[in-house]
Amino acid sequence: MDYLGQQLINGLTLGGVYALIALGYTLVYGVLQILNFAHGDVYMIGAFLGFFAMTWLGGPLAPTVPVALMLLVMFLIAMMGTGLLGIVIERFAYRPLRNSTRIAPLISALGVSILLQNGALLIFSPSIRSYDTSSYIPSTLGFSVGELTIDSVRLGVLVLSAVLMILLTKWVNGTQVGRAMRAIAYDKDAAVMMGIDVDRVIRWTFFVGAALAGAAGVMNGLLLRGVSSGMGLIPGLKGFTAAVIGGIGSVPGAMLGGLLLGVIESLAQGYLSTNFADTITFILLITFMLFRPNGILGRPMMVKV
Amino acid sequence: MSESLLKMENVDTFYGSIHILQKVNLEVGVGELVCLLGGNACGKSTTLKTILGIVKPKAGTITFAGEDVTKVGTPGRVKLGMAVVPENRRLFAPMTVLENLKLGAYVRGEADPADLERVFELFPKLRDRQSQLAGTLSGGEQQMVAVGRALMSRPKLILMDEPSMGLAPKFVEQSFEMISNLHKSGVSMLVVEQNANMALAIADRGYVLQTGRVVLTGSAKELSGHEELRKAYLGR
Repeated sequence: MDYLGQQLINGLTLGGVYALIALGYTLVYGVLQILNFAHGDVYMIGAFLGFFAMTWLGGPLAPTVPVALMLLVMFLIAMMGTGLLGIVIERFAYRPLRNSTRIAPLISALGVSILLQNGALLIFSPSIRSYDTSSYIPSTLGFSVGELTIDSVRLGVLVLSAVLMILLTKWVNGTQVGRAMRAIAYDKDAAVMMGIDVDRVIRWTFFVGAALAGAAGVMNGLLLRGVSSGMGLIPGLKGFTAAVIGGIGSVPGAMLGGLLLGVIESLAQGYLSTNFADTITFILLITFMLFRPNGILGRPMMVKV
Repeated sequence: MSESLLKMENVDTFYGSIHILQKVNLEVGVGELVCLLGGNACGKSTTLKTILGIVKPKAGTITFAGEDVTKVGTPGRVKLGMAVVPENRRLFAPMTVLENLKLGAYVRGEADPADLERVFELFPKLRDRQSQLAGTLSGGEQQMVAVGRALMSRPKLILMDEPSMGLAPKFVEQSFEMISNLHKSGVSMLVVEQNANMALAIADRGYVLQTGRVVLTGSAKELSGHEELRKAYLGR
């Protein structure tokens, strides 16, 4: 029972990170109907930016500012940096292809992905960095409920991903830009007729989606995953899987899909084998693609009158 | 005619190499209701798209509210005071009535509660249906949302594309009554319509478009009495 509880907590933590990545896929797919396969590498850049921010502030062993402030700066720099990167990617890799075939932006996305990975390899060197979280957030610091314990890093990641998802939901549902984004997703021509500056809204969409991936990168760094140029590939594919499971284009779907995938993976790791987790994820992806391509919450393609 | 609000001068529009609008001259004065008539594929929709800036003309100028808007994009023109009730209404079906109305005010930033109140006074039914999804409304109610959405930007000119299209006959009459009432309350409008009878009954002036050219223009009264037009479009 405690073992199960522990796996669930781990799963939700991991799922929160997947959900943040999945949101970027889903938001961009909603407005442009393209799969931004460079998204996993944006996440990787986020992890690097967080790492460099940490180094800039003294590094894990001797931070020159309070730890809370250091964490805040790490997240802010990573999110701003990846957000701007998202805007640049849209401007140069996708916008020129806006009116071309559907396969063209996909190829462009793979190109950006290779560019980012090799660029990171070249500039940041192949060595794997670690956030070394335990040297400034003691692992003994944590909360226990009965036999269950959740360490403060996991709890922080869980809370922050929940906060980011709530903020995103408010942005999508409660602001003019968020409404405009949904309007474009449903009927772009009609949105133009309302005077909506489509390019501006698309820029915002890329910024927000990429910033969430940047935050996810820092989170996974804090959870002590190695930071390297190739680290984005698998989480990127998992975020994509989560978006498909929830229903690509659906914001609540991406959140649900991410959390579900995290929990399933964690249970698979806990009860089957660590190596089996990735296999299960991609079996899920294929199963959904074949039998329920609209996902759990996605609506079937609506015929426009 | 009163002071000019919208003026198209010698406008030529192409789709690729196909010449759609040929030297179109058209004017709407402040407070006027002008109708643009013509059969299928005569260039009515292209005229509207050219006015809105969705399609850019190859030659000619478009002046709106005293400014040359020929090179201004659609958001800029909407900001200057154009609003459209598109063909088939084009509501955002998966969004609520209130969200649709707020989107109408997009260029103004956040929607003004006073503007919302004015729409609800005009269409009391919508007040009760604010949180209903637009796609679940009846055709007549959708028309109200589409008109309300256009009003939310406090437009100087409302462009209406085929307001009778796809509506049940009883709603068509209601729809034209609504347009007429809006006009009487001082809103300037350009109504594109196939149903020439209905349109001329409420309009001040009209233009007849044929294969991309304005072939006839005059007051609604003159046009209603015009022999050829009657034969071609009024079916009598």
